[in-house]
Amino acid sequence: MKRSCLPSLVTLAVLVFFFAPLVMLVVNSFNASRFGGEWEGFTWQWYERLWDAEEVWDAFSITLKVAVVSSITAMVLGTLAAYALHCFRSWLQNLHSMLVTLPLVMPDILMGMSLLAFFLALGVELGMATIWIAHVTFCVSFVTMVVLGRLQDFDFTLLDAARDLGASPRVAAGKVLVPLLLPGILAGGLLAFTLSIDDYVITFFVSGPGNTTLPLRVASMMKGRNLPMIHALSTLMIASTFLLAALAFRLQRRYA
Amino acid sequence: MSRRREFLLTLPPLAWMMAFFAIPAGLVILMTFRPSDLRGGMGEGWSLETLKALAEADYLPVVWRTVWMSALTMVICVSLALPMAFHTVRVAETWRRWLLLLIVVPFLTNFIIRIFAWKTLLHPEGTLTQFLIRCGLVAEDVMLLNNAGAVLLVLVYTQLPFAILTIFAAAEKFEFHLLDAARDLGASPWQAFVRVFVPGVRRGILSACVMVFVCSLGQYVVPQFVGGPTDEMLANKITQRAFGDRNLPHASALAACLMLAVLVPLLIKAIVSRLSEKEVPP
Repeated sequence: MKRSCLPSLVTLAVLVFFFAPLVMLVVNSFNASRFGGEWEGFTWQWYERLWDAEEVWDAFSITLKVAVVSSITAMVLGTLAAYALHCFRSWLQNLHSMLVTLPLVMPDILMGMSLLAFFLALGVELGMATIWIAHVTFCVSFVTMVVLGRLQDFDFTLLDAARDLGASPRVAAGKVLVPLLLPGILAGGLLAFTLSIDDYVITFFVSGPGNTTLPLRVASMMKGRNLPMIHALSTLMIASTFLLAALAFRLQRRYA
Repeated sequence: MSRRREFLLTLPPLAWMMAFFAIPAGLVILMTFRPSDLRGGMGEGWSLETLKALAEADYLPVVWRTVWMSALTMVICVSLALPMAFHTVRVAETWRRWLLLLIVVPFLTNFIIRIFAWKTLLHPEGTLTQFLIRCGLVAEDVMLLNNAGAVLLVLVYTQLPFAILTIFAAAEKFEFHLLDAARDLGASPWQAFVRVFVPGVRRGILSACVMVFVCSLGQYVVPQFVGGPTDEMLANKITQRAFGDRNLPHASALAACLMLAVLVPLLIKAIVSRLSEKEVPP
């Protein structure tokens, strides 16, 4: 039967739309021209300048620290939440489920604004700790959803088998449940890590002076005159996103 | 015993979300009724000053623009995502993996960087503007940046992967034999698509609509970087009140309004999915 070619044309057009801006960023990072309207020869100079830009690397290290600590915290909390939501049915879990799923559909600015109001009302000084709290709060929901998806495919008779063979509940959980769930937990953690690195809006509200993460730094550079340096930085970030996504796909295929 | 286990397992995540999500959200609503404080905090006692100021400040055009922009973004995203999800599900396994990877990469690429990419493309000396001028499609002195069109374009760019992935998840479960049946019974490809596929994935469409609409309602970064002063959305006003004037109660009141605006589509979705659950025969 003849198929219409319209869907494939739309797909192609959307992919061009998706990648044209990203490809132009990469091309312009090697372009000697400042605005990239025209090709004025190949250059490494923006990368060299980026290498010397200490404020960028400071921001990068803050971002990494926040992302590592918050994704680990979110991984632990999210796994607990997913397990509780999967195994129990009660009014407590209804409330729990509402609190965990609402942040998924809440615009970032509302979370940022409400956390800012909360910290100011308590008189907490804005800084690394408040960024950490904010990042964990929006990451937990995503980790929970990923782990919950894994739990739905998990064969719980394996736990009974472990108990029959003499394992205590704790041993059964540690030696059977956690290792089998690990790909899901790690996938959730990876997602939390990317979201934490990506976040601009919420961090903007709760960071306070002096704790600039990479997205905040890039945003402030966009107002200045160092545009080609952002091209170079963006190219590096797009490349690492691509590698991470490809890696996650590989992992998924192996454990699927 | 099981009760205690449930409680112990639930307590850490529940307490965290209670303390840092539910209570702050409630606080925003509460703060609307506190007087402002010049140091950027809130004053003592209770007052209706903020609500009065809110009514006087004439936010209606901004609210309208926010709703309009979000609705347009939603319609464009869903109408592009539908054929794309349809195509992605139907291609061979290896192609599908590649397509999904290609959809996920722009989705995971840093938000600020995606906005920056468009800002440089649309800049008067940027590649896209220069290209369009050379093709004779636009005038020499065209300004593609800092207008409502640019805001809409970048909103669609940032929200489209969401819509595609949501509808794709629904399309994966769709029985594609139904399309062949429709074609056998004499439907054109277009009829089969509109009358069989679209109703078949209506839940995915609804989720995508709500997701894109709600996320667009709260946008302020896109209008701030690629829009002009007349393209500001409600969330821009929130940041201006919170950081520009340091009037926390006023910012909270606006945030509370946005919260209400977000709840409406979510409630609609909850009601619709409850109704359609009843529809399905057991």
